[in-house]
Amino acid sequence: MQDIIDKLSRLIRDAAAQKRPLCIRGGGTKDFYGGPVHGYKLNTGDYRGIVDYEPTELVITARAGTPLAEIEAALRQKGQMLAFEPPQFGEGSTLGGCVATGLSGPRRPYSGAVRDFVLGVRILDGKGDDLRFGGQVMKNVAGYDVSRLITGSLGTLGVLLEVSLKVLPLPVSETTLRLKCTEAEAIERMNRWAAQPLPITATAYRDGDLGVRLSGARVAVEAAAKKIGGAPVAPAQAEHFWTGIREQTDPSFAGDAPLWRLSVKSTTPPLALPGQQLIEWGGALRWLKSGADAKTVRDAATRAGGHATLFRGGDKTIGVFHPLPPALMKLHRNLKQAFDPAGILNPGRLYADL
Amino acid sequence: MTAVAEQVAVDFARQREVVAALRAFLPQSSILFDHEDVKPYECDGLTAYRQVPMVVALPETEDQVCRILKTCHALKVPVVARGAGTGLSGGALPLGNGVLLSLAKFKRIVEIDERARIARVQPGVRNLAISEAVAPLGLYYAPDPSSQSACTIGGNVAENSGGVHCLKYGLTVHNILRLRVATVEGDIVEIGSEALDAAGYDLLALITGSEGLLAVILEVTVRLLPKPEYAQVVMAAFDDIEKAGQSVANVIAAGIIPAGFEMMDQAATRAVEGFARAGYRTDVAAVLLCETDGTREEVADEIRRVQELMDASGAVQTEVSRDEAQRLRFWAGRKAAFPAAGAISPDYYCMDGTIPRRRIAEVLRRITQLETKYGLRCANVFHAGDGNLHPLILYDANLPGELDRTEAFGAEILELCLEVGGTITGEHGVGVEKINSMCVQFKPAELEAFHRVKRAFDERGLLNPGKAVPTLTRCAEYGRMHVHRGQEKFPDLPRF
Ligand SMILES: Cc1cc2nc3c(=O)[nH]c(=O)nc-3n(C[C@H](O)[C@H](O)[C@H](O)COP(=O)(O)OP(=O)(O)OC[C@H]3O[C@@H](n4cnc5c(N)ncnc54)[C@H](O)[C@@H]3O)c2cc1C
Repeated sequence: MQDIIDKLSRLIRDAAAQKRPLCIRGGGTKDFYGGPVHGYKLNTGDYRGIVDYEPTELVITARAGTPLAEIEAALRQKGQMLAFEPPQFGEGSTLGGCVATGLSGPRRPYSGAVRDFVLGVRILDGKGDDLRFGGQVMKNVAGYDVSRLITGSLGTLGVLLEVSLKVLPLPVSETTLRLKCTEAEAIERMNRWAAQPLPITATAYRDGDLGVRLSGARVAVEAAAKKIGGAPVAPAQAEHFWTGIREQTDPSFAGDAPLWRLSVKSTTPPLALPGQQLIEWGGALRWLKSGADAKTVRDAATRAGGHATLFRGGDKTIGVFHPLPPALMKLHRNLKQAFDPAGILNPGRLYADL
Repeated sequence: MTAVAEQVAVDFARQREVVAALRAFLPQSSILFDHEDVKPYECDGLTAYRQVPMVVALPETEDQVCRILKTCHALKVPVVARGAGTGLSGGALPLGNGVLLSLAKFKRIVEIDERARIARVQPGVRNLAISEAVAPLGLYYAPDPSSQSACTIGGNVAENSGGVHCLKYGLTVHNILRLRVATVEGDIVEIGSEALDAAGYDLLALITGSEGLLAVILEVTVRLLPKPEYAQVVMAAFDDIEKAGQSVANVIAAGIIPAGFEMMDQAATRAVEGFARAGYRTDVAAVLLCETDGTREEVADEIRRVQELMDASGAVQTEVSRDEAQRLRFWAGRKAAFPAAGAISPDYYCMDGTIPRRRIAEVLRRITQLETKYGLRCANVFHAGDGNLHPLILYDANLPGELDRTEAFGAEILELCLEVGGTITGEHGVGVEKINSMCVQFKPAELEAFHRVKRAFDERGLLNPGKAVPTLTRCAEYGRMHVHRGQEKFPDLPRF
């Protein structure tokens, strides 16, 4: 396996010397995400396999090219899971892509995001240096938290080689309930429930239907189901529903209009934007299928204490990610310079000048 | 040896220059420089290291903080931020040629948003004060360092502090949403947002745990959680460290994530019983506390399973807290571990490594061997659930050579943590204390990357310089004294 690292490192060194951009790619399932992809393809898919997995440590370490499906299967076998429920968006999606995009699924507000579970990384920086940050233990404050900085940086700071993640036990029991209500009622309920000690692990609202998933000890799930009310959804149907939300195969994601992701304060009232919406994350995530112009969408997100991403489709030249204030952008540029002085790692994938 | 290093003498001409510049916008009462006024700031919780600062500044407004930073930046004066000074790694140790920036006056809880379950607080607000303020709403702030009645949220963010409940509820980094910070140049930047994520790099995570080296924290937005309905704790006594360690793995393997999972060895339980009368057995090798929380039904179910697992793991005694009073009594012992160590020994030195859980018994055995090697006693308390050890080395600073031996003992414990796949600090930070051990944990290219991160925020190196990340020269020097695992760590650097 070291030969693969040596090869990747050599490619990076050469590219840096010639200032030739590299496009880092795992399974290619998230090519659609972020700014335009260009440059020589640096494939990480060969660097794969689980390096270390000891269930009683609640930690798994795997190479970046390992398919997510392989990791999730290994965990399931031992009654554990990736609690941030990463979306795969297609076959062949890899751990590296999961961590580099930093995307989390329906469980996120209740268990945490990818970045909350990342314990350590091994990367090649923009000079081809093989570096390790963090580690394989739960608590670690030695050195700056580069592992979490790298998470979600879309490959602009380094090529991920290995990642250590905290894992959690699978819940013993699970129930999904369906309630009929308006959008405003749904937002109100999601926030009210979150202030109570209830074992909620996912919420989603669309077209008058509010779905709530409860997970945990059987007694706790049953007691909570009574408090929440609504109609229980059959397990297979519930599974299908949450997979549809996580993988965006749910009908509300269909159609040609651009898909916007608005990450907002959870109590934000219904957003008056044209198009179709799906609410997740206890009110903190609003998916919008809409042809509305970028400024309208971004202003709405800013007013709601958050930011908007042009997630799929649309005109990427307007910038996929929410523009940053100058002082913050300066720090981003400085950090890019610190890890990738030649500016060759996924340039433009996050922001045009990174 | 670094501790009790000779103090840097204050340059009075420089002091006059800095004080004059600060007087332009700070009231006289906010600037201290007389020896007896600055003396109280000479150390943090790591009292073996002391240095009086050249000047102490006690601003009251954000604007004043920014102007202090601008002034110091222009005059190239280093700045050390300070919260409550409870840090245990010398992170807030002043510099003899620098300004100590105390955030003690920033004590306001700015906003509590009950519906969104967030609170916006100033950096000098005490950790416990947040939970107290929101308790009437049935909410609390989860990270609970043992020092929570004194330490500030600003210090917590700077150290990424944990507590006994972080296995289930996470560290500081998992429980904050947004920071308002001042850069070294005195510009205000908002990091994170009121949403669950923010655009761009995760600077929220990067600044958390950065020990005051990247920015000064001016405001923190924390997440609040609903108080669990109910909690109970199992106390389990083991006559064998091996079995105690295995019981931890057994509980986790059964799919249980306890709210708190603590372990004390015999030296620790003896110290604690003499001090706090928590009801621990003192004739056993180790006592474990395992807490579960949730609904009453959930807790009843889980606590029964934990007790069964402890019994099956070979506990000689298990006891479930009957009521809240007993639960708190069980915890009172654990929480008094540090003062209890202070009561049985003139001085104690608290270590903070993390190891993979499965190596607990082995590491404890080797610490016992080191006790003989160094001729010092060591009591062990730790967050067993996440493998975070706090060996407390007992010593007497008045006995010649004893502090040096203590530090050597401590450094060897940290290297033991690294050897078994762990880290030199789980929650107390590197500060000045573990700076040499950083040379063992990281290779030069990684340390250089840290320095580049630092420069990305602080080109001139004026924020808390000399802490957290060693220079390569320093490592070369340390490496000369200390060849790591038979390998020269810095073969290319000049030796002296
Ligand atoms: C008895 C005892 C028990 C403890 N138990 C625990 C525990 O269980 N878990 C744990 O994690 N820690 C524990 N600690 C360590 C300590 O309490 C924590 O590290 C705490 O977070 C420090 O907070 P403080 O306000 O005292 O910070 P200080 O000691 O004043 O400063 C700590 C560091 O933060 C920086 N800093 C402070 N404020 C700011 C700011 N506003 N902006 C930028 N940088 C800043 C300082 O420069 C310094 O580097 C314990 C300490 C004691 C004495």
